[in-house]
Amino acid sequence: MKSGPVHLPAAHKPFLEKCPVLSLIGGTPLVRIRLPGLEKPNVEVYAKVEYFNPGGSIKDRSVLWMLLDAIRDGCLSPDKTVLDSTSGNAGIAYSMIGKALGYKVKLVMPGNASSERKLRIRAHGTEIHYTDPLEGYDEALREVHRQAEASPEKYFFCDQYRNNNNWRAHFYTTAHEILEQTNRKVTHFVGGVGTGGTITGVGRRLKEELKSIEVVCIMPDAFPGIEGLKPLESPEDIVPEIFDPSVVDTKVKVSIEEAYDYCQKLARIGFFVGQSSGAYIKGVESVVERIDRGVVVTVFNDFGERYFSTGLWGRND
Amino acid sequence: MGVMVRIPTPLRKFTGGKAEVEVDGSSVREVFNNIDSVHKGIREKVFDEAGTIRRFINVFVNGEDVRHLQGPDTSVEPGDELSIVPAIAGGRAD
Repeated sequence: MKSGPVHLPAAHKPFLEKCPVLSLIGGTPLVRIRLPGLEKPNVEVYAKVEYFNPGGSIKDRSVLWMLLDAIRDGCLSPDKTVLDSTSGNAGIAYSMIGKALGYKVKLVMPGNASSERKLRIRAHGTEIHYTDPLEGYDEALREVHRQAEASPEKYFFCDQYRNNNNWRAHFYTTAHEILEQTNRKVTHFVGGVGTGGTITGVGRRLKEELKSIEVVCIMPDAFPGIEGLKPLESPEDIVPEIFDPSVVDTKVKVSIEEAYDYCQKLARIGFFVGQSSGAYIKGVESVVERIDRGVVVTVFNDFGERYFSTGLWGRND
Repeated sequence: MGVMVRIPTPLRKFTGGKAEVEVDGSSVREVFNNIDSVHKGIREKVFDEAGTIRRFINVFVNGEDVRHLQGPDTSVEPGDELSIVPAIAGGRAD
């Protein structure tokens, strides 16, 4: 296992000294994944273990950058409440980081976000506004815009779907770490689109630095969907503003059942990960099938513990 | 008066965009069989080939998860509200 160094701008350092928990964000290990179906001579598969972040997910990275930049710019003043929509992991990051920095946080979430996430968010003292689960995540997005527009003096609307510091966090930290941890030998990166931050930031940086990198994007089924990933295929699907589709070379369709199967397989070798990580490994499998040589890197976005209530690991009844 | 079925946004393509449809039936399973005769495609999104509710989908009758009742055999009455809710959020922003 290789631990990654943390690369942060000097301007972040005073905040990390004041709030030491924030220094735990980033610098996650890159670990070799050995599974039947992924084993091939001259092919190595690695995952960046993002659940090592203190908020338990990759979202800590982007939320830290978005909030620190907003404080430096004066957009987030001490009298304002941090506001955004989320299905959970970003909400935990907003709550943990926002509270550590001394801010109030309010989140708009669909009512069917997993109860593990809701409980963690509330534990940090965040206010949650729930929207009707039947109206999908779209309703949470509409509602957060309504609230931000109604009281601009009250809120700093972070807007992770439009905030360029979202993808920049991955450009300067996640991608940088991948380059260092693989000795620049990475040949394929497999990710997906939630806000588009990870794949845009990592994809842009890797394409700047390496001639022959292939970026693979996982496309989930529209219903019931894979937590945190957007299908992007139908004309009615919203494409996040910060997502740069030009970084994507290949798309791989993955169903929730396939994601589930890989979550189970990963659990059997000790990695207890959430649905999107299982979906990514299914995408990795499709890459490994067609290459004879390479270093394939993906990310484990979050922990499996966050999904007990969704039935991912079976049900009590 | 039948059972009022609330349809999540990704499945509204089967109902011509309607958020609610009124359907007859005395059990959850019967309601879905009857929906499918008018709005074909919804049943297979909710039930697997063996006739059980798919792993990542919850069906609620008057706000109660039918897994904690009698599953697809849960009785329903005219005026009841039945909701189809993905077990997870955030997959789709449509």
